[in-house]
Amino acid sequence: MSSKNNQLRSGSSFNWLLLMAWRDARKSKSRLFLFISSIILGIAALVAINSFSINLKSDIEGQAKELLGADLELSSNQADFNYAFLDTLNTEVAFENSFASMVFFPKNQSSRLVDVRALGGGFPFYGIIEASPQTAANSFKSGGAKALVDQSVMIQYDIQAGDTVRIGQVKFIIEGALLGSPSQSMAATLVAPAVYIPLDYMEATGLIQKGSRVEYRKFYKINDLPTDFNLDQRVRADRETLREAGISADTVEERKDDTGRTFDNLTSFLNLVAFVALLLGCVGVASAVHIYIKEKIRTVAILRCLGAKGSDAFLIYLIQIAVIGLIGSTLGAFSGTLLQAVLPKVFADFLPVEVSYSISWVSVIGGIFTGLVVSILFALSPLLAVRKASPLLVLRNTEESNAAKDPLRWLVMAGIFIFILGFAYLQIRDFANSLWFTFSILLAFGFLIGIAKIAMWTVKKFFPSNWNYTWRQSLANLYRPNNQTTILIASIGLGTSLIATLYFIQSLLIGQVEITTDKGRPNMLLFDIQTYQKDKIAELTKEAGLPLLQQVPVVTMRLSSINDSTLSMVLADSTTQVRSSTFNREWRVTYRDSLIESETIAEGQLKPYLNEGDSVFVTIDKDYGRGNFELGDKLVWNVQGVPITTYVGGFRAIDWGRIQTNFLVLFPEGVLERAPQFHVLITRVNSTEQGALFQRDIVKNYPNVSVIDVGLILNVVDEILGKISFVIRFMALFSIITGLLVLIGSVILSKFQRVRESILLRTLGGSKKQILTINSLEYFILGSLASLSGILLSLAGSWALAFFIFETAFVPAFLPMILVYLAITGLTVLIGLLNSRGILSKSPLEVLRSEIQ
Amino acid sequence: MASILKVQDLTKTYKSGSKNLTVLKNVNFEIEKGTSFAIVGASGSGKTTLLGLCAGLDSASSGSVVLNGHALEKLNEDERAAVRNQNVGFVFQNFQLLPTLTALENVMVPMELRREKNIRSRSMELLDRVGLAERSDHYPTQLSGGEQQRISIARAFSNQPAILFADEPTGNLDEETSLKVEELLFSLNQEAGTTLVLVTHDLELANKTNRIIRIKGGQLIFDSQSAEAEILG
Repeated sequence: MSSKNNQLRSGSSFNWLLLMAWRDARKSKSRLFLFISSIILGIAALVAINSFSINLKSDIEGQAKELLGADLELSSNQADFNYAFLDTLNTEVAFENSFASMVFFPKNQSSRLVDVRALGGGFPFYGIIEASPQTAANSFKSGGAKALVDQSVMIQYDIQAGDTVRIGQVKFIIEGALLGSPSQSMAATLVAPAVYIPLDYMEATGLIQKGSRVEYRKFYKINDLPTDFNLDQRVRADRETLREAGISADTVEERKDDTGRTFDNLTSFLNLVAFVALLLGCVGVASAVHIYIKEKIRTVAILRCLGAKGSDAFLIYLIQIAVIGLIGSTLGAFSGTLLQAVLPKVFADFLPVEVSYSISWVSVIGGIFTGLVVSILFALSPLLAVRKASPLLVLRNTEESNAAKDPLRWLVMAGIFIFILGFAYLQIRDFANSLWFTFSILLAFGFLIGIAKIAMWTVKKFFPSNWNYTWRQSLANLYRPNNQTTILIASIGLGTSLIATLYFIQSLLIGQVEITTDKGRPNMLLFDIQTYQKDKIAELTKEAGLPLLQQVPVVTMRLSSINDSTLSMVLADSTTQVRSSTFNREWRVTYRDSLIESETIAEGQLKPYLNEGDSVFVTIDKDYGRGNFELGDKLVWNVQGVPITTYVGGFRAIDWGRIQTNFLVLFPEGVLERAPQFHVLITRVNSTEQGALFQRDIVKNYPNVSVIDVGLILNVVDEILGKISFVIRFMALFSIITGLLVLIGSVILSKFQRVRESILLRTLGGSKKQILTINSLEYFILGSLASLSGILLSLAGSWALAFFIFETAFVPAFLPMILVYLAITGLTVLIGLLNSRGILSKSPLEVLRSEIQ
Repeated sequence: MASILKVQDLTKTYKSGSKNLTVLKNVNFEIEKGTSFAIVGASGSGKTTLLGLCAGLDSASSGSVVLNGHALEKLNEDERAAVRNQNVGFVFQNFQLLPTLTALENVMVPMELRREKNIRSRSMELLDRVGLAERSDHYPTQLSGGEQQRISIARAFSNQPAILFADEPTGNLDEETSLKVEELLFSLNQEAGTTLVLVTHDLELANKTNRIIRIKGGQLIFDSQSAEAEILG
C-alpha cells in the first residue's frame, strides 16, 4: 500500500513546471506584462529615491568639510570670545560677523531687509563661495567698499554688478551676485538674503550699537591635527564650558549629522509616497491576476483531469507571476536608476551639497527584490483559487470559488499587512507611526472597497427596470460577474485622493498665510529700534499716515537654572523632561501687565510686580511650557550679565498664526525697564508703494532699524510652498501614472471579459451606437464613482490633517474638486472607449477569431 | 474476467439552498477489463455525474468506486489525480484541449506528468495514428472541431490508459466527422486493449459497445447485460 501511495503522490518535476509556465505564458505575454506594468513605476520611484538618498549621504560624507567651510565654527553674541584649547593648535582663523539690517539701493530708491555678513580672513577654508562672476567671490575682499549681494535680491530689484548698495553710512560697489556659501541655508536666505561685505567696513556702517543683535562667528582651519585626535569628541566634552562662556560650537561631524538627519526625513517621506504608488500598482496586480486566473481556471481543470496536482497548477502560475514580476521589477529598477539623474534637479533648491550620479546596486537589488515580493504577495490571494480548482469543471460549465474559504488567504492577508508595516518601519524607524501609516492605507482601501460594494448593492437592489435598455445594460455591468467596479474604484479612487489631498493642503497653507494679511491686520514690522529712537520713529510713522498698532520692548536673556538645576545637572538627570535647548537658546522677552488679543491665560494668572523685593512672576507659552516648566518653578535668568530670579505664575495660550509680537516668556512691568533693550513697532501699510516709501524714509533716517514687509514674506512663503509642492507633485506623478496604468490595465482586461457579450450583442443586431453608449455610460459611472470616492477620501484626509496637524479649520475649495472630478471621469471614459474601438470597427467574426482563443 | 471498475451503492447529493438534491441514487455495476461500455440517458438524467464519479473527477456522497484496484473514496484529490494520470484517458464533448499548447504538446502532457522518456517521438506516432502529424505545431484554435477531437483522442491514449472515459465524444461534430472519430476511438481501444466507457444519448453509438446501461432520474433502470442474462436464462 505504501508503495502504491508513493506512486500516487509522485509529483511533477520543476523543469516540467517551468516548461508549462512558459508554454502557458507565451500566448499571454502582453497581458501578463500588462499586470506587472503597474508596479514598474512604483519600483522606479523607490529605486530612484533610494539611490538618490544613498548618493546624497555619501556626498554629504565626502563633502562634509565643505558644508561647514572649516574644521570648527564658534559663534557668540559677544564680540570677544575665545576657546582656550585652540591656542595650543596650529590654526588659521576667519571671521564672519552677521546682523540683520536694511540696505538701500540708490539705483531705484528701494530698500530691503538682509543679513549683512562682514567677512575677514580666508573663509571658506573648504569649498567656495559661489558667485557670478566667480571672481567676485574674492575680489570683494580685495580692498575698498565692495559687496557681494544675494542673487535673488539682485533680480528682485534689478541690480547689476557695478551698481551700489548703501548699508548704514557706507556705499558699497556691488562686485557680483552671491549664489551660495557654506554657512548659508536656503530658508534663511529666503527670509533674509545675505550680503557679504569686508570685515574692515563693518564698524564704518555705524550700524553696530549697544544692544544691536550681532552674531560673531569664527571659523577655524586646524593644521597638523594628529590623525588619532577626535576634534568632535573634544568639542562635545567642552560644550558646557563653552555654553557658560556664551559660545556655540559646530564641528564638521555635527553639521554632517544635522544635514544627514534633515535629508533622512525628507527621503523617508518621499519613499513612503513612492511606496503608496507601488501599493496602488499592487492592487492592479492583484486584480489583474484575479481576472487572469478566472480565465485560466478551465485550463487548470484540464490539467487536473490529466493528473496534475493542485500544487503543480498553482506553481505553474506562481512561476509565471514571479518571472514577469522579476522582469517588471528589473525594468522598474533600471528606469529608477535613470530617473535618479533627474532628482538632483528636482531637489536643487534644497540640496546642501552637489549630488553625484552613480548606480546604487543596493537600491537596484533592493528594488528588484521588493518588486518580486510584492508581485508574488499580491498575486497569491487570487492564485490560491488554482489549488482548489475542481477537475469537474471540464464536464460542467459551472463557476465555483473556494478561495474565500481558503484559510491560507488569511495568511496571505497577514503577510501583506506585515510587509506594509515592515516597509513603513524601515523608512520611518518608528513602530507607532508605521502602524498608523499601515492602518491609514488599509482604512483608505477599506473605505474605497466599501463604497464599491455599497454602489453595487444599491444598483442591484434599486435597479431601475423601467429605464431604457442602454442605461439598464450599463448599470447592470456594475454588479454582474467579472465587473470592474471594485478594482477601478480602489485604484483610481486612491490616486485621486492622493492628488486632491496634496492640492487641498497646499491651498490650506497658502490660505492661512493670506488670512494674516487681511484688511486691518498688521503687515509691517520695524525692529532693532533703540530706546532713544522709539518716540521719533512713532512720530515718523504717524506722519506717514500709518497706524501705530503696537510698540513693544524686547530684552534678550538666557536661562541659567530651573529650580536651581543648571544645564549640566539637567543633562545628568535622565528622569527630567526639560529640553537642553531651553538653556541653550537666547530668549527674547517683553514686559507688560496685560494680555494682547492673540493670547489668553490657560493656567495661573498674570501677577503684576508691585513693590521692590516682591517675587517676580512670569507667564510662559502653554505649548512650550508643557514638559519644561510647572507652575511655581523657580527660574533664574541671565539678563546680559545680571541674574534675575523669577517664578512661573501662569501659562498663556498663544495664537502664533497672527502677525503680532508674541513672546514665549512675559515679564511684569517694573523689572526689565532698565535692561538693555530694543523696541519693535508694528503698523499696516495699504499698498506696496506706501510700504516702499515708508521703508525708504526709515532706512535713510534710522539705518540701524530693520523692517520686515509681511507682503514680501508672503511671496517668500508662497515661493517655498511652491518649491515643496513641486517636489511632492513630482512624487505624486508616480501615483497618478500608476493609477492610469491600473486604469488602462483594468479596462483592457475588462475588454477581454466583455468582448464576448459585445459581439453577442452585435450579432443579435445591436448597433455600434448602442454598444458605444453602453460602454461610455459604464465607464462614466465607474469614473464618477472612483473620482468622487477619491475626492471624498481626500476631504476626510485633508480635514484630519488640518484639524490634528495644522490646527485650523478646513474649508474645501469647490472648483478644484469639480476639475478633478471632470478630469478623472473624462480620462476613464476616454481610455474605455479607445479600448473598445477595435470591437466596434471590425466584424463580429473577425473579432471573435482574434480576441478569443 | 477481472473487473476494472466497480461501482457500489453510489449516491450523489447536492445541497441547493436548504434542500438536498439527489442526482444519483444507489447505482451499482461492474465493468470488465478490455470491454466497451455505454451509459445512456436523457439530458439531466445523471449520466455525466456518474462519469465524473467513476473517473475520480468528483467525490461521491456515499457508496464506493474502485478503479483498477484503487478505492477512490479513500483518496484525496491529488491522489485521485495520480490515479487518473496512470490509469485513465479522457475524451470530452468539447474536446478540452489546452488552448495555449500546440497539438503535439497537448498529447505530450500526460506523459510529461508521468516523467516518461522519448515522449516526443511517441506523441508524434500517436498524432500520425490519428492522421494529424503534419498539424503537430498548430494551436487548438487553428484546428477544426473534428481535428481537435482527434488530438484529444491521441492525448487520451498517450498514457496507455487502462480505461478511457468518453463524454459525448461526437456531440459537437457533424455526421461524417463523427463516424471517423468513432472509428478511431473503437480501433484504438481494441489495439490498446483499453476499457472504453462512453456517455452518450446517441443510441446508434451506444449500440456499438459491448454493454449499455440506462440512467433515468439518477437511477440505473436498464443494464443490457442483465437483460441478456434474463433472455438467455
